[in-house]
Amino acid sequence: MSTTTPNAFYDGDRPLFHLPEEPHHPEGHSTMLGFWLYLMSDCLLFAALFAMYATASHSYGGGPGQHQLFELPLVALNTTMLLLSSITYGFAMLFMEQGKKGATLAWLAITGLFGASFIGIELYEFSHLIHEGATPQSSAFLSSFFALVGTHGLHVTVGLIWLVTLMVQVSKKGLIQANKRRLMCLSMFWHFLDVVWIGVFTFVYLMGVAQ
Amino acid sequence: MSATPATHGTDHAHAHDDHHEAEMPHGSFKGYMIGFILSVILTAIPFALVMTGVLDRSTTVVAILAMAVVQIFVHMVYFLHMNFKVEGGWSMLALIFTVVFVLITLAGSIWVMYHMNTNMMPMSPAAMAQSG
Repeated sequence: MSTTTPNAFYDGDRPLFHLPEEPHHPEGHSTMLGFWLYLMSDCLLFAALFAMYATASHSYGGGPGQHQLFELPLVALNTTMLLLSSITYGFAMLFMEQGKKGATLAWLAITGLFGASFIGIELYEFSHLIHEGATPQSSAFLSSFFALVGTHGLHVTVGLIWLVTLMVQVSKKGLIQANKRRLMCLSMFWHFLDVVWIGVFTFVYLMGVAQ
Repeated sequence: MSATPATHGTDHAHAHDDHHEAEMPHGSFKGYMIGFILSVILTAIPFALVMTGVLDRSTTVVAILAMAVVQIFVHMVYFLHMNFKVEGGWSMLALIFTVVFVLITLAGSIWVMYHMNTNMMPMSPAAMAQSG
């Protein structure tokens, strides 16, 4: 322990423990790590919702179960939308790195359309379920289902609002360093939501329907 | 103090990070396409397995869970550009901690609730029908 002085700077032979001025860091140098830590804490939120679904997924309370409710073709379509939006966001990032503003905005717009389709299909599925009487109040299974899938859907909705905000900012101020950093954060957020969706379609839909 | 040895190996490689603009991980067109194609395959197979029902249930469940884990790795590497060098290894450290935490949460909840369900229902269905 006595040899560890990680932040000590030296004045001659004398170690300086209190630095006269803050070491220089570029603006936003810690944003990416901070945002990654936020995503990891979001991951824990989803872990809690997944755990809740896992423990309540067979408590039907006399109501309908996974087999009667889930329509896999619709889920497959939804998964396709989210996966396509991931790759189109990737293309937007590649054009951003080349400094091509127009192409970046175009790919961001396409990403937004795929994201909006995902939300549209999910809302259709939810309204269909509720119309059939499978409301969040009918059983523990449906409560935990709507909580888990709904939270993911809310995240995607927030991502869409963020995407539109950034498109306005990029079109007004261009691909400045601050906007690039914001687009990188949204990129992580967007791909992270796709990772969570892998868990949802596997754990909730496919395992629920598998016979 | 204890964190210092853990990052020792990566600190040398990234000591220069402080000198220029915030370092950001970069993707490439090839990387994104590889990730996308792998994801399509790893999504299509589980859906096909469940929708056609060619395998029995337990084999299907193991197969789709395995493919989900692989696909999460694919997304982490090709879309989120995760590796041991990003942010001097701190991102990976946070990720590993989170994975451990998620596994404890999931395994613990399922295990406890399964045993509680088993132990809280000593009655057979026939006995329940009688008492009800």
